[in-house]
Amino acid sequence: MTFDNHLAITPQLVADHGLKPDEYDKIIQLIGRTPTYTELGIFSAMWNEHCSYKSSKKWLKTLPTTGPRVIQGPGENAGVVDIGDGQALVFKMESHNHPSFIEPYQGAATGVGGILRDVFTMGARPVAAMNALRFGDPSHEKTRHLVSGVVAGVGGYGNSFGVPTVGGEVEFDERYSGNILVNAFAAGLADTDKIFYSKAEGVGQPVVYLGAKTGRDGVGGATMASAEFGDDIEEKRPTVQVGDPFTEKRLLEACLELMQTGAVIAIQDMGAAGLTCSAVEMGAKGDLGIELDLDMVPVREDAMTPYEMMLSESQERMLMVLHPEKEAAARAVFEKWELDFATVGKTTNDLRFRVLWKGETVADLPIKDLGDEAPEYDRPWVAPKVPAPLASDDIPQMDVADALLRLLDSANSSSRRWVYEQYDTLIQGNGLQLPGGDAGVIRVEGHPTKALAFSSDVTPRYCEADAYEGGKQAVAECWRNLTATGAEPIALTDNLNFGNPERPEIMGQFVHAIKGIGEACRALEFPIVSGNVSLYNETNGRGILPTPTIGGVGLIPDASKMARIGFAAPDEAIVLFGAPDWWGTHLGQSIYLRDIFDRRDGTPPKVDLAHEKKVGDLVRILIRDGVATAVHDLSSGGLALGLAEMAMASGIGATVNQLDGGDPIPQFFGEDQGRYLVTMSRDNLERFYEEVYPYAGVFAPWIGVTGGTSLKLGEARPVEITELKTAYESWFPNYMKGEVA
Amino acid sequence: MKAAVVLFPGLNRDRDMIAALTKITGETPALVWHKDGDIPNVDLIVIPGGFSYGDYLRAGAIAARSPLMQVIRERAAAGVRVLGVCNGFQILTEAQLLPGVLMRNASLRFVCREVKLEVVNAATDFTRGYTQGQIIRCPVAHHDGNYFADAETLATIEGNGQVAFRYAQGTNPNGAINDIAGILNTKKNVLGLMPHPENLIEAAHGGSDGRALFEALTTLAA
Repeated sequence: MTFDNHLAITPQLVADHGLKPDEYDKIIQLIGRTPTYTELGIFSAMWNEHCSYKSSKKWLKTLPTTGPRVIQGPGENAGVVDIGDGQALVFKMESHNHPSFIEPYQGAATGVGGILRDVFTMGARPVAAMNALRFGDPSHEKTRHLVSGVVAGVGGYGNSFGVPTVGGEVEFDERYSGNILVNAFAAGLADTDKIFYSKAEGVGQPVVYLGAKTGRDGVGGATMASAEFGDDIEEKRPTVQVGDPFTEKRLLEACLELMQTGAVIAIQDMGAAGLTCSAVEMGAKGDLGIELDLDMVPVREDAMTPYEMMLSESQERMLMVLHPEKEAAARAVFEKWELDFATVGKTTNDLRFRVLWKGETVADLPIKDLGDEAPEYDRPWVAPKVPAPLASDDIPQMDVADALLRLLDSANSSSRRWVYEQYDTLIQGNGLQLPGGDAGVIRVEGHPTKALAFSSDVTPRYCEADAYEGGKQAVAECWRNLTATGAEPIALTDNLNFGNPERPEIMGQFVHAIKGIGEACRALEFPIVSGNVSLYNETNGRGILPTPTIGGVGLIPDASKMARIGFAAPDEAIVLFGAPDWWGTHLGQSIYLRDIFDRRDGTPPKVDLAHEKKVGDLVRILIRDGVATAVHDLSSGGLALGLAEMAMASGIGATVNQLDGGDPIPQFFGEDQGRYLVTMSRDNLERFYEEVYPYAGVFAPWIGVTGGTSLKLGEARPVEITELKTAYESWFPNYMKGEVA
Repeated sequence: MKAAVVLFPGLNRDRDMIAALTKITGETPALVWHKDGDIPNVDLIVIPGGFSYGDYLRAGAIAARSPLMQVIRERAAAGVRVLGVCNGFQILTEAQLLPGVLMRNASLRFVCREVKLEVVNAATDFTRGYTQGQIIRCPVAHHDGNYFADAETLATIEGNGQVAFRYAQGTNPNGAINDIAGILNTKKNVLGLMPHPENLIEAAHGGSDGRALFEALTTLAA
């Protein structure tokens, strides 16, 4: 096969690279000539939406990214926060939506692989993973296959790599039928003085390629991920990468071992747009040029062209700049782990990105311009229309006990056991709270008391109805879930999944969601340290629900003062913290309406951020003082679902009052925000109302008592916990067996 | 008691095993890299869990053919105790240090959950911390734990008291024949088991039923 680097650059070829005509004109203007074929590929890799954030950058800049614990905000492989004692937590969330729809197992697996690499590239050993998965209508012909493949792929990679999955989300909605979402989160621990960054330093230093060999897989993947899907989707399968967790595990151990030697100046993993993106980023950040000799790149296949090598997204690869005098020691580490180690280039002082192949210069570009001059758009947007509030006389009625059982046995409120039992949740031996609670908790190995909490949250139906309130709610719910374990929420990563930003109404959702997220982060002192944007989640012109997934982390100073959702003992008082009048009545956009009556009307519940903070801070104090014996945040499904989950987690029942003269449906299924269920002993209850409540400024009515083997909600018939559990554990396995739609 | 933990690339519960041995025996085990060629003189050799060589070909198949396995085979023949957990068990069956095979789980899915185990033979160096017939809690996390042996082999191991642990109370997570969770060699100095006792040894794990196995090994005579 001959390779023509001077292929005529036709308008069609430019369009095939996902570049707009004006973007191509800008390239010519920047370099003063027609680009070579390889150069066109490099520009398309650097300037696509996935890598350049060209539609989102303007708005991302408005988000709060600093705080007393923030060591590194967005812009590196992952964010870094200080967790005390000279230790740092390194974490990020990233999407692998498009590949997972095309090839669910490998798409999801490499999503997990990519995010793990982002974390250990910075010198951190991964200690926790989460994944937020969103699938289409359960009755859609592809959904079961996608669930099965994605879950197996997440497990296949993470289990083999050896990181515990501590939490996540699985949700179904017909709006994801043509575009599923796979958002993978990973966190790792490192010493604060041993964090590694991607900024190259020093002229003439060796640029070293590490890990697996380069193949043709994933060529053009990032460009694919920056376009809508059409009917030709099946043809895109070759753009999906194939994961090798065994190599990744060896790469982890080799990198951490190498970092101990002091040889590493800069390191960058090869993710989207592979060699191109990693080399350009390292050089541009350090104000240095990079020269690569592709003849030195370890390849898996014969006759690879420079174009393919520069755009390959083969997995489990890293690029480093090393101290030349330590090159031999570094090579020995990689040989021990039987990984490729090749010096493929050097840093230069001319600020050029030069690529050599068989004695020819196939690309010679200004390195800073590849990133800095990437197009940036202020896309037109229109404010999304917010629906009318639900009329108070428009509440469909149903028996409270029947409604609860129906929700427990439904696609979106049932147990996710079928999913999380396919993930290794126990490995590393540090898990204190496994999936199924408000947040996953792990202890910090080597520290006598410290623990970390993790939660992933967003309520896309709220965002669809009101992107601003929905953005606020995603952050607030994550903060609340962390708080419910007793953790101090310290920072978050966001994974913003939206449709086509070239449509003003989608751009409007994006803008409003960011405004809501930013406001909540500021009010809750919960900065964003890393993130990812996934746009163009559309098929044949129909977009997903706006889904800004929030992955938050919290710090628990003393894990012996931690709360769980299960009732701790019988005959304890159940107190509803943060309750509004009538305890909660907001049914607009609730799952009661959607999942029982197929209604998606009304406004979503509003988040009062000052209230949120006041209630959460009080609940956290009660946990840390040992007063709160069990805590659960209230969210989808309201009081009824929250109480059922607390009962099922413990096997202890409860009897809860009903307000006189009101409609029990909004009371038990309303989704008002900023609420927690807290249990405490009778003695502490008395002390709480005498000593704390008068000064707390938080409405916290005593609503019921734990005990017995059934859950009794107001006037409704008592439901045995065994019956609740049967309903709760049924839907997922039955669905996967093909027994329910 | 001196222990060595054997490391093949791709194993990933080595740190869990090292932590358990260190916390319970009070001594950090020696670490043996698969290319070291030899194992120090120890009372116990442990092959921990994970995915040696990515489980490529078959779980445990490639590690079982490592030159280091010849050393382990010789030590086992000389009476040194050998413990294989999860992938370690798979490696020991692939190396034919233990009878039978571990097939893909009947569900064809990876499974991570807590199960109940019956201590079927409490008269071994590994199990004497338990009582005969005791039911203990223990987590599993594997894709290939479906133990199988032909009828003749099965009759032999059942008859010889080579079944150490059985899944109890209907908790067999993988379809293993006769609910077999762990087996011994004829001399009872080699034990392989799919569950992870090293992940249930302290309050933070929510229980400590796995502890007695390691405690029993602590008093092994050199």
